[in-house]
Amino acid sequence: MKDFRYLPGVSTLRLNEEACVGCGQCLQVCPHRVFARGPDRRAMVVDLDGCMECGACALNCPAQALSVSPGVGCAAYVIQRWLKGKDAVIECC
Amino acid sequence: MPAFDNRGLPPLPMFQPAPADDDAPCCGPRPSPPSSPDERPGYRLCPFVRRFIPTPAGPVPEVATRLGVSDWLGWLCVRLGIGRDRYRVAPGLYAVGSPGSESPVLVTANYKLSFDLLRRELGGLDAWLVVLETRGVNVWCAAGKKTFATAEVVRRVGLVRLAEVVSHRELILPQLGAPGVAGQALKAACGFSAVWGPVRARDLKGFLAAGRQATPEMRQVSFTLAERAVLIPVELSLILKPSLWVLVAVAVVSALEPHFSWPLFVRRALDLALAYGAGMVSGSVAVPLLLPWLPGRSFYLKGLLAGAVAGLGVALVRRSGLGDGLAMTLLALAVGSYAAMNFTGATPFTSPTGVEKEMRRGIPVQVLALLLAVGLWIGQAFWRIK
Ligand code: SF4
Ligand code: SF4
Repeated sequence: MKDFRYLPGVSTLRLNEEACVGCGQCLQVCPHRVFARGPDRRAMVVDLDGCMECGACALNCPAQALSVSPGVGCAAYVIQRWLKGKDAVIECC
Repeated sequence: MPAFDNRGLPPLPMFQPAPADDDAPCCGPRPSPPSSPDERPGYRLCPFVRRFIPTPAGPVPEVATRLGVSDWLGWLCVRLGIGRDRYRVAPGLYAVGSPGSESPVLVTANYKLSFDLLRRELGGLDAWLVVLETRGVNVWCAAGKKTFATAEVVRRVGLVRLAEVVSHRELILPQLGAPGVAGQALKAACGFSAVWGPVRARDLKGFLAAGRQATPEMRQVSFTLAERAVLIPVELSLILKPSLWVLVAVAVVSALEPHFSWPLFVRRALDLALAYGAGMVSGSVAVPLLLPWLPGRSFYLKGLLAGAVAGLGVALVRRSGLGDGLAMTLLALAVGSYAAMNFTGATPFTSPTGVEKEMRRGIPVQVLALLLAVGLWIGQAFWRIK
């Protein structure tokens, strides 16, 4: 995926290093190699701009150390959210 | 009165089973083969089911690991955007090979394309497949919509009575299902623990052979030229839908002439329609294919560029003149930009925050270009008369 980089500096992903227990789940589920293990085996964010906000890591973190506002990166979805509001039932892809 | 007993007697000729070649037709073509014993009134046997395996939880269909003609035809239709919303298999338990109580359990979605892709890669393996109800949507989109979700895994594992079929307590889930399934919550909820399989079904054999270890490559999504190319027909069909209305609008704005004449109208309407087509092709074909090589990161900019080049090309080929040519280029770049922006939904790397950001910039540019194009087009008709 080195050829495909999307807009930089937009991802809402946040890692709370204090809370991380180093289980490595986020490294397994992330499809974009956003994480790596630090020297203390805890997770580190090494490629924030690679994150596509799929939400897999946050959902699978047993320590709630990760947060991201997940969603679908799709124009039709965004338009419907603009028109119908944030909690609308959205038909997409 | 003694019951009639014919034991020991040869069966009467009229009770003898018909000889095999007696299904030769008396008229018309040969009849089709007899019904399978697995058929039930009101159900139809799926062509990919080879037999039923008895298990403590009832008979389980064993499915072929090679796709048949009907599977490929279905694949083609879906890729062309025909009947895409109804291409599904029944949720439940399936088998490949001759699995036993120790065999691995793989979880997937009930979109038939996902199901076919998976079983195709399992030739020579013995495994169970748990197909979730995802309303005919693929694993990743279903996980995003939370139909491929923790609750559905738990529910389905219970419904198919998986605990009676296998002795181990492990589910291999596709990694792309992780946005919908909390692996750590499964154990407590259904007794089965989650193991994240590779992103692509074709890596499953390697993953299983390596003792359920995925290499970093197996964990990463890809978006190769071939993967992008197969998406094009569906992208085109989505953007083609409003085309009838666009063509009506094209005819209307081309008919606004102070001195209307049919040859002039046909020529101008065709020019504008071609520019519109060039915009669609650049946004829905050129941008997907040339994605890594088009400059910029925003899709609307990539589409803008591709559309401008295509529109200019059409204007030059049609010798449309400066004013008309400019209007055509503006229309093509607006359409190309919009179509390219829509392609974000089909890629595996665009974040929703990013898409929203580029739409805030892209849509005003597209609307402005469109208004300019229409204004210029109509204005041209009036300026030309001196
Ligand atoms: S949200 Fe998705 S892409 Fe982003 S870091 Fe988490 S798993 Fe990776
Ligand atoms: S999943 Fe959570 S706890 Fe586990 S390594 Fe990642 S951040 Fe740390």
